[in-house]
Amino acid sequence: MADITITERQAGDVTILDLDGKVTIGEGSVALRGAIRRVLGEGKTKLLLNLGHVGYIDSSGIGELVSSFTAVNKEGGTLKLLNLTEKIQDLLAITKLLTVFDVYENEADALASF
Amino acid sequence: MQITLPSRIESVDEAAAGAERFAKDAGLADDMIFAIDLAVRESVANAVKHGNKFDESKAVEVSLAETAEGIEIKVRDYGSGFRPEDIPDPTDRENLLKANGRGILFMRSFMDEVEWTNADGGGLVVTMAKKR
Repeated sequence: MADITITERQAGDVTILDLDGKVTIGEGSVALRGAIRRVLGEGKTKLLLNLGHVGYIDSSGIGELVSSFTAVNKEGGTLKLLNLTEKIQDLLAITKLLTVFDVYENEADALASF
Repeated sequence: MQITLPSRIESVDEAAAGAERFAKDAGLADDMIFAIDLAVRESVANAVKHGNKFDESKAVEVSLAETAEGIEIKVRDYGSGFRPEDIPDPTDRENLLKANGRGILFMRSFMDEVEWTNADGGGLVVTMAKKR
């Protein structure tokens, strides 16, 4: 079974990627990188990553979130995070990345912020 | 528990799965299982990437043992070593947007003790302890 499934939805001009599984070194991180490249390639630059069903993330996965953030910024876009689990919140706090990412607990609030 | 793994990325999952089984069999709490799983993942990933530099002829050796105070984890590689103090602090403002360099921070954050020593015969051993 794949480490992660990434499903794309569109809400107006915001592209939502629902992640389900693990974002860890290897397959999970590579899949996230591929999904971000693909949507950017389609000209979609307002991105919301829904991490509510990410059961596990490691430093490689956190690094991939950062790379995604910088890749989207480079295209003049915005990447925001939705539904952090407690563990992901802890890891982003330890790494001080909560100061970098715009984080939402509610999809409607997140969409309204773009 | 002792396992010897080849230096490839898939070994990270294999080591973490073994560590999780060990921690569950030892009856540890979920938070402690998470900490051990993460520390094993990060240390084995470092051993594969930075220690053995993906040279599959070089092994990564992982051991977990129950101690009087909790759990001790050792991960050994056969690389040329590194100095943890040379790794830039990933929480410094100028490093926040770097893609790499957070594994050691996670190991130190979730373990009670983390120590690197040069192994007899070459390579590096990271020894980590987690108290119950």
